[in-house]
Amino acid sequence: MAEIVASLSEERIAYLEGLVSQAGTAAAVFTQYTQEDVDRIVKPMVLAGLEQAQYLARLAIEETHLGVVEDKALKNMVATEFVYNYVKDKRTVGTIREFPERGVVEVAEPIGVIFSLTPITNPTSTVLFKCIMAIKTRNAVIFSPHPSAGHCCYEAVRIMHEAAVKHGAPEGVFTCLESQTLQDNAYLMRHKDVGLIDATGGPGMVKAAYSSGKPALGVGPGNTPVYLEKTADLNMAVVDIITSKTFDNGTICASEQTVVIDDEIYDSVLQKFSDLGAHICNEKETELLGRTVIDPNTGFMQPMAVGQKATDIARMVGLKVKPKTKLLIAPIQGVGPGYPLSVEKLFPVLAVYRAKSVNEALTVCVDVNHAGGIGHTAVIFSRNDEIIQKFGELMNAGRIIVNSPGSIGALGGVYNDMVPTFSFGCGTGGGNSTTDNVNVYNYLNIKRVARRTQAHMWFRVPNQIYFNMNAVENLRQFTSRSTVIITNPAMEQIGHVDTVRRHIPAETLVHVSVIPDAEPEVKVVMQGVEALNFYKADQIIALGGGSVIDAAKIMKLKYESPQADLEELAAPFLDLRKRVVQYPTEKVAQARLIAISTTSGTGSEVTPFAVLLDKEHGRKVTLADYSLSPDVAIVDPQFVMSMPRGLTADTGVDCLTHALEAGVSIFASPYTDSNAMQAIRMVFKFLPIAYEHPGDEEARTMMHNAACIAAIAFSNASVGVNHALAHAFGARFGVAHGRANALMLPHVIAFNAGVPTKFMPSPNQRGYIAHKKYAMVADLLGLGGQTIEEKVKNLVAATEQLLDRLAIPRSIAELGISKEEFEQAMPELVKIAFDDPSWRSNPRMPLLSELAELFWSAYRGRSLPTVAKASQPQTAEEWSCV
Amino acid sequence: MTVNAEWLEIDGERVVQGLQAARETLDTAQGDVVLNFSSVRRIDPNALRAMEKLAGLADGKAVKVVLRGVNVDIYKVLKLVKLTSRFSFLA
Ligand SMILES: NC(=O)c1ccc[n+]([C@@H]2O[C@H](COP(=O)([O-])OP(=O)(O)OC[C@H]3O[C@@H](n4cnc5c(N)ncnc54)[C@H](O)[C@@H]3O)[C@@H](O)[C@H]2O)c1
Ligand SMILES: [Fe+2]
Repeated sequence: MAEIVASLSEERIAYLEGLVSQAGTAAAVFTQYTQEDVDRIVKPMVLAGLEQAQYLARLAIEETHLGVVEDKALKNMVATEFVYNYVKDKRTVGTIREFPERGVVEVAEPIGVIFSLTPITNPTSTVLFKCIMAIKTRNAVIFSPHPSAGHCCYEAVRIMHEAAVKHGAPEGVFTCLESQTLQDNAYLMRHKDVGLIDATGGPGMVKAAYSSGKPALGVGPGNTPVYLEKTADLNMAVVDIITSKTFDNGTICASEQTVVIDDEIYDSVLQKFSDLGAHICNEKETELLGRTVIDPNTGFMQPMAVGQKATDIARMVGLKVKPKTKLLIAPIQGVGPGYPLSVEKLFPVLAVYRAKSVNEALTVCVDVNHAGGIGHTAVIFSRNDEIIQKFGELMNAGRIIVNSPGSIGALGGVYNDMVPTFSFGCGTGGGNSTTDNVNVYNYLNIKRVARRTQAHMWFRVPNQIYFNMNAVENLRQFTSRSTVIITNPAMEQIGHVDTVRRHIPAETLVHVSVIPDAEPEVKVVMQGVEALNFYKADQIIALGGGSVIDAAKIMKLKYESPQADLEELAAPFLDLRKRVVQYPTEKVAQARLIAISTTSGTGSEVTPFAVLLDKEHGRKVTLADYSLSPDVAIVDPQFVMSMPRGLTADTGVDCLTHALEAGVSIFASPYTDSNAMQAIRMVFKFLPIAYEHPGDEEARTMMHNAACIAAIAFSNASVGVNHALAHAFGARFGVAHGRANALMLPHVIAFNAGVPTKFMPSPNQRGYIAHKKYAMVADLLGLGGQTIEEKVKNLVAATEQLLDRLAIPRSIAELGISKEEFEQAMPELVKIAFDDPSWRSNPRMPLLSELAELFWSAYRGRSLPTVAKASQPQTAEEWSCV
Repeated sequence: MTVNAEWLEIDGERVVQGLQAARETLDTAQGDVVLNFSSVRRIDPNALRAMEKLAGLADGKAVKVVLRGVNVDIYKVLKLVKLTSRFSFLA
């Protein structure tokens, strides 16, 4: 900037500063205007432009000596009337667009001061167009016309300013440099109070605009290829091309430059051109033309030819043509440096190329497009939709004009429904910031006011759940040809398998597939799939605890969709609804899955989850998808009467953990809360009874139902960090799932009830509520306490008391794991816990260090509980109505 | 400390004249000059220029000009032309 300043006199700088200050004031004042205010100004401006269209056209011709007065007048009319027609009903002030269903509103913010450079080829029309856009968008413009079009532009600006101010626009809204130098432009381009450079013109100026470091709308040169394909309407094509290429003597940069013609129609097309007033050059004339109108050193067109009539160019070159010749047509054999006429020619000289095939034609069009015309315009005449589509894909052009004239087509609004413009964005290929037909929206900063939206939630459960004693009798209603019971040796020994078999209709062939008594691994799953295939199963009955049911879920998945890639399906995700990996929907077989749970904990009989043990990596992998949910769940307490006390305790605490985690989850909803809260109350009351009196049928029934109800809650609200910790710890040290959960539980409640170091983004909740939810649980359990803190404390204590009653070890240390061993495992434990998707719904986002702290708290263990006994309903009847 | 403040009402229809009067007040002002803009709905380029002049004059005389009841649309205009730092504002 210092260099630029040094090159300008003090007076000149003061003059330029005055322009900017005036425009800045006008732009600032303009921000107070409403849509109605600006619309009131635009209309009379347009009328003034229309009235002066011919006058301005004459001025332009007198000054620039290029183009055609009639066409220039027409351009001025398009720039006013057509542009008005496009902008008149557009909202450009305040709220401009609303998307109520997305809660998003777009609001217009003016740019302020725009520094606008206008070309010699379309001088006054460009000014009129930009003035209308500026008023419509409440911007002020400083114009810097091409030096050889200064006067006519100044006059156009004056007319627009007068009309605008007369109807209420702020004074000084348009100014125009009376004369200008490159230094003036450089100074203004870098001025801190200029918001945008709108540069329409030659490549040098556009480049200067972009290199100023200011946001710029620079629109560059073109080199329009035309593919005249054999199926085209040839008469229309030839007339359109002549109309376009001779319009204003070819000064519109979108006009046709090289027409690539299919071999079959080449001769007849040239004949038609000739019939309508074109001169077809012979080889020698073409060579002469190329040498004269194209600068052999730069390879660009000679300025003296720009905007001249065909006959004048012929005279310049020394060609003999008929007096009414409109167009000079020069056959070329290639594109590039050896073929000077293959570049942009803003005068009525058109190159033509004979193509032997569609492929060759398209290839030449690509070459022309890339010989100085990237991003600008391309034209095709064809009736073949496939070729039109291919052409559209191949050409790098902001405007691909089909079966219509290039120049007038690109201007928009006449031959097509494109936005009317006098600035053609050429995209990054042309070194521009846009491919748009520059319009009012390019003159605005569009702001988005985005309201908080509530994501859709869901509540999904298997549509058949049979519960209470002897619910297994419902098996009779399910017809099946071939049923495979997936179970483990314990179930056989206890006699549960026989019980189930008794309730399967006699006509069903029943096979029993016994899997090892352990958490499921891929190997076991695949053996099960083999059995399903062998027996061509149409029904699977999973009889067992979470391990068996999970195994059966994955077997069904692999049986129905063998292509399912378990590793891929277990890929991490943040939000179930947005995850990348989709579960297969294509099925080669179909089998009904009936889950009969024999533990009261996981609730796997209703959940969309299945946990696989990955022994090789010492971790558990959770598969989650509603397609995994069993079709039918049977929650019959007769199958849990045999549970040993340890299992009753572990699985019962797993159930409690599900309910507590679902209760505070960021996906919790009134639908899941009702289930979670009910389950928590049932567990606190009946788990100790079921544990101490395993034969108590009522307590067993209540606990079995509680497990299923808690699972309904966490199937929809998910779990939390407790499960992430338990999965990592359980897999590493071979501790049962429920017990691992139990060891973490009091510590996790305290953790979630504290002020988070990091909040979890949770659009469905207003503020942080985990501690309040826990307090609500404490109230439900009748634990007492005045403040939220007291209530949370009481809940932690009640949980610890329950765990003590269930003889759950107080600490990880009590399991006999040494501190050294635990310390050694810690980095891996933390890593695995962090990767576990379970915590993604936890209300508090755990830091890695916090995961480690939680592990260590669990290692050290829980304190001695000090809380009063909960006051709870006493009978099952009471429970069913609370 | 007691501060003597001159109070001037700016008529929304005659802002330039109001500001002219304010400039004259600056000559005799002892303390702050408070201009009540409550009835001004919009300002135009002339008013803006007058405000700039007023700010310049006030700087020279070390008088504090307080604008009262400026609506936020006008405040934004003043912000855009960098005039907000040259006045004090009172709700
Ligand atoms: N899918 C889910 O939604 C979900 C939720 C939580 C946990 N899990 C997973 O479930 C598994 C744990 O399931 P679980 O807690 O039900 O234990 P489990 O299925 O592993 O069974 C534990 C042991 O108890 C035995 N057993 C089961 N029922 C019995 C009964 N009625 N009488 C006597 N013995 C019986 C089993 O044979 C086994 O030896 C873990 O892999 C865990 O990760 C899954
Ligand atoms: Fe669990």
